[in-house]
Amino acid sequence: MNAREKILNAIAANQPEAVPLPVIDKDTVISYNDVGMQFNTMLESIGGKAVCIQDLQVLKESVNADKATGKFIVNTIEALGEVDEYVSSLSAAQLEKLEKAYIKGTVGVAENGAVWIYESQMLNRLVPFICQHLVLVIDKKDIVPTMHHAYAKIDTAQEGFGVFIAGPSKTADIEQSLVIGAHGARSATVYIIE
Amino acid sequence: MAKHAALSEKFIADEPRTDWHDETLWFVRQKRDKAAHGLPGWEQLRELASQIKNHTLSNLEKYLRQFEQQAKANGITVHWAADGDEHNKIIHDIIRKHNIEKIVKSKSMLTEECHLNEYLLHQGIEVVDTDLGERIVQFRKEPPSHIVLPAIHLKKQDVSETFHKYLQTEKGNNDPQYLTEAARQHLRDKFIQSELAITGVNFAVAETGGFVVCTNEGNADMGAHTAAVHIACMGFEKIIPKAEHLAVFLRLLARSATGQAITTYSSHFLKARRGQEMHIVIVDNGRSKQLGRKDFRNSLKCIRCAACFNTCPVYRRSGGHSYHTAVAGPLGSIINPNMDMKANADLPFASTLCGSCSNVCPVKIDIHEQLWKWRQVVVAEGYVDASKKTGMRGMAYILAKPGMYRFAGKMGRWVMRTFPFMINNKLNAWYKQREMPEVPKQSFRDWYLKNRGK
Ligand code: SF4
Repeated sequence: MNAREKILNAIAANQPEAVPLPVIDKDTVISYNDVGMQFNTMLESIGGKAVCIQDLQVLKESVNADKATGKFIVNTIEALGEVDEYVSSLSAAQLEKLEKAYIKGTVGVAENGAVWIYESQMLNRLVPFICQHLVLVIDKKDIVPTMHHAYAKIDTAQEGFGVFIAGPSKTADIEQSLVIGAHGARSATVYIIE
Repeated sequence: MAKHAALSEKFIADEPRTDWHDETLWFVRQKRDKAAHGLPGWEQLRELASQIKNHTLSNLEKYLRQFEQQAKANGITVHWAADGDEHNKIIHDIIRKHNIEKIVKSKSMLTEECHLNEYLLHQGIEVVDTDLGERIVQFRKEPPSHIVLPAIHLKKQDVSETFHKYLQTEKGNNDPQYLTEAARQHLRDKFIQSELAITGVNFAVAETGGFVVCTNEGNADMGAHTAAVHIACMGFEKIIPKAEHLAVFLRLLARSATGQAITTYSSHFLKARRGQEMHIVIVDNGRSKQLGRKDFRNSLKCIRCAACFNTCPVYRRSGGHSYHTAVAGPLGSIINPNMDMKANADLPFASTLCGSCSNVCPVKIDIHEQLWKWRQVVVAEGYVDASKKTGMRGMAYILAKPGMYRFAGKMGRWVMRTFPFMINNKLNAWYKQREMPEVPKQSFRDWYLKNRGK
């Protein structure tokens, strides 16, 4: 008998009598008067930055200004100008000098400041992690109160990879002192389009 | 092997450091309280999580088969390992097949449990741990002392010395910011060169065949999205039925662990990226046996948040290494006797049974009751050393006889008042490190009978 059969048989023999699966009632969990405000507060509390904008003009200018510095900047959002499709095939060594990435998110979560990004939105799985500075863009209408609502809006089986990102990379492994910028982005800014 | 009491003695020899350790973990516990109490519906959320896990355990075979089928359909190779040795061999085979030399690993308590690093080192293969805390203890050739905060037993001076030795940082520069930056640069090189990334799994979803890995540092992603091969290792209890259940567990996990509302990264892996190869190793290593132990199977609901560690008065004052196992703390004390009862017979006694662990556990495991039940089991199986056994037998005898209990109590109070040195002496191991409380003149029962019992 191979390991698989052995394990599954032992589990079948030892598992307790069936008990039902509870139902999650989204309507009984926390609600916020202003999810946008809650999202901003949470994001700022975890070291991120929230910027509310009326239209894309400031963002377009920001992308252009960043690119003009000559640093390695990646834009993955069509509405902001030319999309840097070529990054999809870049290796880690080629992405190592990535200074800043602009990525569109699908959902923002008010209770924790997280933003969901699909693989197709980041073009290359490494981009949101290897960049020094991360810029995420979400529509205000896509901010939901809790993770329960977030999972109702996304489909985790739709693409090969997806991630909730909440603020910049951090660690407190040295004497519990919080340090921002462990291995991932040193800063995380979320633009919220009103 | 040195036992918990003896190892604790070593730890508490440095009193200021013990106090610091105690206070630091208590601080983490307080952050957890703030996050939990700040979230309306926290108790319902715990109840929901507990019920989902109960349901999952009662349908585990079905969900594991479903997960395997889905994962395979997503192009992932699924392996099964009956024990740690099989787990290590599966990984070694993949390494050999691809002729891999550069390996990075993010935090996985399972690989610690299976002693993967030692096994591979024996074959001449080096694995670089990439979680900052794990890298620190790896340099120092120590095991992690905590499942979430691996280097919590160390002070920044210790880290500074270690990094000075291995990463050539400035001598005496103890600034955590500076030290973290040094590790960032050092590990970026390792990530860029990595050919194989090993990660743990926080949750595996039966419905989709996908799995979720949570980190604050981003190290799991830096490795997994760089390397040509990704191996994710999981104990079979990581399974949950559906993606919507992730909401429940992600809301609980970070709040219970560190008081954060969520970890920085919650990465959902479903398929390998183009040109990449992805493997999942599903490990038993005693878990199916634990599933069959009615009194202890609940331990398989654990989501490894370590809230029970941070709150435990014994853990905080004895340090993770005193538990002499990969997983320490109250959780370790209820899972390790199942794996090796003889070697770990001391662990269920490393507790005051105060119940604080069960109170904070996000999936409502009856941890302190299991500790109490393990004590009966290890005593019944003859794994308890003589001094403890004599005491326990005597206690059981007295507790079984109310009259005897009352008489012994009276005698005890009289002896403590009249001849305190009979208690306060070197022969009484319990008295070490403790001051005897002032002896009450009356027992509670006498007081109750006199004042309320009429
Ligand atoms: S036993 Fe409960 S409190 Fe302890 S690590 Fe597991 S889930 Fe967390």
